Amino acid sequence: MNAIVISAFWGILMMLGGVVFKNKYHPKYLAITGVIVLIALNLLEFFTGPLIELPVFDMLKTSSFGLHFNTIAFTATLFILLLNGKEFKELGLHVSEYFGLIFFALIGVAIATSYNTLLLLLLGIELMVVPLYFLTGINYGNLKNSEASLKFFLTGAFFSAVIIMGITLIYGGNQLGSFYINFIALGKTDVNPLIMAGMILMLVGMAFKVSAAPFHFWAPDVYDGTPSVISSFLSTIMQTAAFVAFFRLFKTTFGQIQHEWQLLIIILIVASLLIGNITSVFQQSVKRMLAYSAIAHMGFLLMGILPSTDLATEGVILYIAAYTLATLGMYGVIGRMQDYTLEGFNGLGKKAPRLAFFTTIFLLSLTGIPLTAGFLGKFYILLQVATLEGMEWLILLSVLNIVLAAVYYFRIIRAMYFRPVTDEERGDVKGIPLLIFGIIALLTVLLGIMPDILTSWIYY
Amino acid sequence: MLTQWYVILSVVLFSIGVMGVLTRRNAIVVLLCIQLMLGASALLLTAFSKMHLSHAHVFSGEQASQGQIFVLFIIVIAAIQVVTGLTIILSFYKKTHSLDINFLNRLKN
Repeated sequence: MNAIVISAFWGILMMLGGVVFKNKYHPKYLAITGVIVLIALNLLEFFTGPLIELPVFDMLKTSSFGLHFNTIAFTATLFILLLNGKEFKELGLHVSEYFGLIFFALIGVAIATSYNTLLLLLLGIELMVVPLYFLTGINYGNLKNSEASLKFFLTGAFFSAVIIMGITLIYGGNQLGSFYINFIALGKTDVNPLIMAGMILMLVGMAFKVSAAPFHFWAPDVYDGTPSVISSFLSTIMQTAAFVAFFRLFKTTFGQIQHEWQLLIIILIVASLLIGNITSVFQQSVKRMLAYSAIAHMGFLLMGILPSTDLATEGVILYIAAYTLATLGMYGVIGRMQDYTLEGFNGLGKKAPRLAFFTTIFLLSLTGIPLTAGFLGKFYILLQVATLEGMEWLILLSVLNIVLAAVYYFRIIRAMYFRPVTDEERGDVKGIPLLIFGIIALLTVLLGIMPDILTSWIYY
Repeated sequence: MLTQWYVILSVVLFSIGVMGVLTRRNAIVVLLCIQLMLGASALLLTAFSKMHLSHAHVFSGEQASQGQIFVLFIIVIAAIQVVTGLTIILSFYKKTHSLDINFLNRLKN
């Protein structure tokens, strides 16, 4: 509740600030202050309850899982602004408004993680993506960028319409005539064709928002076409927030009929893992490769929906944290490269040893090597999937996919340390970015050794 | 009450919208087809809301009219999509002088 009000307030402040600020640096400082205030108030709500009570008539219901995710998402926003925030002022004149749009997207994140009716699910997702339609087209002079924006908009609007139709059919099939997810919860009402059709349409629409495999076609083009600061926001915060909404929907509303949707989710998982990993192997651009591997990571996260135990929830939150940290670190590195093809990374270990060291840690975490957070996230989820019956083949498939992922992640590490230097200009990181990279790398390793510092809070 | 006719009409409208999105290559026509899909949902929601109201097990009219309130939100979302979409399509048109979304395939290379 705090986060929604404060990010709306700060978004308007940033929007109006565009008139006042003449210096291009000041909006960034105001935005960073805003995100820190958001994190602080969100933590305050987590520990002591909401500071600002809104009369929402039970339409929003905060859970410790949702608040916990909000903290991760806001912290990730802070890291993105600190690492890549300076890209904004190279891109255009309206720096303050760009930050304002990010705050408006964060309202959507906060609503999508704590909705209690399907109406607010829809509004949360729309609030999250509409500012991002504009932000993907931020590089106005670049044709590739406006193509990415148009593609993101047309596919996003189409799948939003599919979600709306799904909600409509669920409303029609539900005897109580309510949008509250507890009233719709099946088991209270009968399963009928309308509800099943609505559920499948919602599954398709939400699968698009998390870019799971048969509906992934937009992701690589959009992430490749936009500046790294926006693609890092899209691939970490937007995707994981949509995933949390997905998780909440299928755990509460459709939790009773898992046997009906389990097969559909398994199809999404298998397709995401295979398509994401196999296509990544053939990519020459590291940015495109990260986009395809994001699809594979979403496949892994979707596996956390299958078992309904507390440990699976822990695994999901750990995986989200590990994936978010490592991915935004990688986009921070890409934002510092002149050329983000695989050749661009040649000899980075000699030219910029600190940057190469951090890149190695992020890539190890994305692969899932022990002692990093990525390993424990995968381990927790797989351990819980193993408790289900007849899922042995899925575990085998996902382990094979981890090996496949190692192929393309280790190719970057090899290029950095075992290839001769091609261009000499690249300087190493220093100052504040060095500190931020250090914090992200430290958190990645720390979560790999002591996951309790993160996961124990979901029971709070 | 004959709700099934509304269901059939909405499904037909929705399918026309989906087919339009999948087959048409003009960005503005695609946007119009998405609006058609939203319109179909709005119509169906109103019909379902009336259907729930006429049933005995819905106790208050307030609860059953939630569907009609939802329609207002759908109209707002449709308006947002038109504004966003036309802005983005305009900035695309200024560079390519074309509304053909087959251009988008070039990103793959």
